[in-house]
Amino acid sequence: MDHRSIIRPEEVLSEYYPPLSDHQAVVEANRCLYCYDAPCTHACPTHIDIPKFIKKIATGNVVGSARTILEANLLGATCARVCPVQELCEGACVLGAEHKPIMIGRLQRYATDHVYDRGIDVFKPGAPTGKKVAVIGAGPAGLSCAGELAKLGHSVTVFEKRELPGGLSTYGIIVLREPVEVSLAEVEMIRRLGVEVKTGVELGKNLSFSDLRAQYDAIFLGVGLGAVPAMGIPGEEHILDGLAFIEQSKVDLVNLKVGNNVVVIGAGNTAIDCATVAKRMGAERVTMVYRRTDREMTAYPHEYDFAKKEGIEFRFLTQPIEVLSENGKVTGLKCLRMELGAPDISGRPSPQPLPGSEFVLMADQVIKAIGQEKPDLAKLLGLETEKGYIRVNDDLETSLPGVYAGGDCVRSRGSASTVMAVEDGKLAAFAIHHKLVPSAGVAADD
Amino acid sequence: MADLSINFAGIKSPNPFWLASAPPTNSGAQIHKAFEYGWGGAVWKTIGAPVLNVSNRYGAWHYGGQKMLAINNVELISDRPLEVNLAEIRDVKRHWPDRAVIVSAMVESTPEAWRDIILKIEDTGADGIELNYGCPHGMSERGMGSAVGQVPEYCEQITRWVMDVAKIPVIVKLTPNITNIVYPARAAVNAGANALSLINTINSIVAVDLDTLEITPNIGGKGGHGGYAGPAVKPIALNMLSALGTDEVVRRSGLPISGMGGISTWKDAAEFLLLGASSLQVCTAVMHYGYRIIEDLCDGLSGWMDSKGFKTISDVVGKSLPRISDFKDFDLSFRAVARIDPEKCIKCNLCYVACNDTAHQCIDLVDAGGNVVQPYRYDVRSNGKHEAVSTRPQPVVREDDCVGCRLCHNVCPVEGCIEMVELPSGRESITWDQLTKARPEVATDWEAMKQYREEVGIEIH
Repeated sequence: MDHRSIIRPEEVLSEYYPPLSDHQAVVEANRCLYCYDAPCTHACPTHIDIPKFIKKIATGNVVGSARTILEANLLGATCARVCPVQELCEGACVLGAEHKPIMIGRLQRYATDHVYDRGIDVFKPGAPTGKKVAVIGAGPAGLSCAGELAKLGHSVTVFEKRELPGGLSTYGIIVLREPVEVSLAEVEMIRRLGVEVKTGVELGKNLSFSDLRAQYDAIFLGVGLGAVPAMGIPGEEHILDGLAFIEQSKVDLVNLKVGNNVVVIGAGNTAIDCATVAKRMGAERVTMVYRRTDREMTAYPHEYDFAKKEGIEFRFLTQPIEVLSENGKVTGLKCLRMELGAPDISGRPSPQPLPGSEFVLMADQVIKAIGQEKPDLAKLLGLETEKGYIRVNDDLETSLPGVYAGGDCVRSRGSASTVMAVEDGKLAAFAIHHKLVPSAGVAADD
Repeated sequence: MADLSINFAGIKSPNPFWLASAPPTNSGAQIHKAFEYGWGGAVWKTIGAPVLNVSNRYGAWHYGGQKMLAINNVELISDRPLEVNLAEIRDVKRHWPDRAVIVSAMVESTPEAWRDIILKIEDTGADGIELNYGCPHGMSERGMGSAVGQVPEYCEQITRWVMDVAKIPVIVKLTPNITNIVYPARAAVNAGANALSLINTINSIVAVDLDTLEITPNIGGKGGHGGYAGPAVKPIALNMLSALGTDEVVRRSGLPISGMGGISTWKDAAEFLLLGASSLQVCTAVMHYGYRIIEDLCDGLSGWMDSKGFKTISDVVGKSLPRISDFKDFDLSFRAVARIDPEKCIKCNLCYVACNDTAHQCIDLVDAGGNVVQPYRYDVRSNGKHEAVSTRPQPVVREDDCVGCRLCHNVCPVEGCIEMVELPSGRESITWDQLTKARPEVATDWEAMKQYREEVGIEIH
């Protein structure tokens, strides 16, 4: 019998961490020291008042706890799941040195799930200002910006090219970390703040930028990045796009095809997600191929550890050069061994091929997750760019007055992440508010 | 190995730990088991007048995830038939001749009732009698328990009735629900009691249910005050114990005192001994964790005594009593300041907020460059663990401004991180008593106080 017939996708791909029980949450919350000017709050890109929300869990004020979280981060339920907490809040916890840091992410999930599970809205739309803002892209940056603007009383319309809103939270984060429902519940919460979310609408196709500029008082671009770039190697047409692979695992699982001997090219967090799905869906062997070493890989250390525990193998210093196939079926990946040379422009040692080191990795499926193309929209709209990303000033305003941008599409510095996108959206909303309603003074919350 | 045995008013036990009169000493079977675990003695759950009990009789105070910082109860004295108790007392004593078996008693306030119960107890072969003048609920409504303990004259009268009859040692157990514990203690001394014990439980209402608005615990829709005991009451018990130990009348009487009230560990036990108790009674800790805790109570106490060179319990008893003093006799020139060990500090800043919000504003946050910085001043775009941790300032005490209030030491979650360091004040030792005898005007006139301060160099921040 095929061992895959006993795999239940809804089990193997279900959310990795179970929710904390009420008892677990209170015990953990009571462990928090309630630091003053806490380092976890500093480390959080959205600066959630973490000791405050944890204390509220300890006192049984869970709705208040969720409000504290969502005041700083409207997408707190997503961030509770997808944030690299080891690098952010939990990594800065004062208890980390001698004890275990507080499980901040899971407590945040506990509090935010509490309000979503019960249909409790912690915010109301603000008093109408009469101003209209268009938001392009219903990902974390766009939704954060839209929601904050709605709280401040602006009339906001979000235009999303995909069928479902939520951006990478909906399509690009594996269910193990964030089920689709979590992302969609956040969209519904934003809608209940009065935000209109239109899907299937794309700039430059069925949406005119000049019309938008004429009709709206401000525009926010949260358009993310482009497709996974081409490898430029023979047999490229047989390589699956990692983001498409993840998307299918989330919204079209029944049609997801997973090989027995899967090679994933790349060593970032998305690559690990692809490998994890493949392994859990029954691939006998999953190998990640990366041309540098584990020291240069962009996956977080905790993700690397996770992958190893999943039984995923790693081939470092390995450069794919050709996908081999017979009768349209992948049979292997031809690779070269590499060695590290002088640092390149990214500051990392540049991999150099070792002559004559060709070898073939057996494979019946090859997936690439090697980052995303820079936002092609920038040029289309005539925006200035920085290293290919949309250039913005400290207020997240682009080279076009009244046009703001945030999220991965402006991430010329620092690492792209959901929580950074949420913060961009929030800061852009405050800047837009300040510009549209100068009398408002400093915006709320921050 | 230290000798833990005691002879308390003639009652001998191999160690000073007795189970207090309470649910853990409700029956012979329980006390057999406790003695097998090593308890030195047991004060039988109070016998006497007939009673009936209710459900939901134990409430508790939990805090910060710690269960049962205190227990509260409306359980009455033993609801088992008197004859059953007496038979079991006789049986336990016969099986455990080396252990202390003391019987707590409470009957209606007549000489006949007391005479009757005393004779019955003595007939069992028990080693001693404890008069329960403390129970603050139920029995007090019937004129017993704390209704007696709160009126020194009643204490004295009833104790006299008992002492007229009793041939075995009699311990008078005092209630803390009184303004000054010394008066009923003196009454017991006057009546000829052989020993004192304290504290019984404290009047308390432990909680209100925020869903139903009923009292917790809810007894058929009602609730009321119950007796409060456990770790949370220890400081109150220690104070009352020291009040007896420093009272001239009680001290001269030489009556031994059995101490109780929140003893949970050998450290608590040692503190009670140091403040004058010569036997120790335990209840709540046993109700929380069972009889097995006796092993560490003895082991820990013995180890501590060895480390301090104490050979017997009587070497320890009352050793810290001479340190008990009044404010008026404290040295006004004693100076201590807080010092934070940066190696141990985890930078939780609890000391900073406590000092700056509620104490004397003498802790600063200092950055790596030695600059004083304000909290929450990082840039909104700053994030990540490396930035948060590497730029985090260090709390530092401005020792010149520190009044040595000790709040930071108390809130610091790291053992040994904030120490109170004694520094010379540069002033002659003087107490308030000495000062106001020499210069009475400083106690009534702020100008005179100002002048005195300037003379000796006391700056108020």
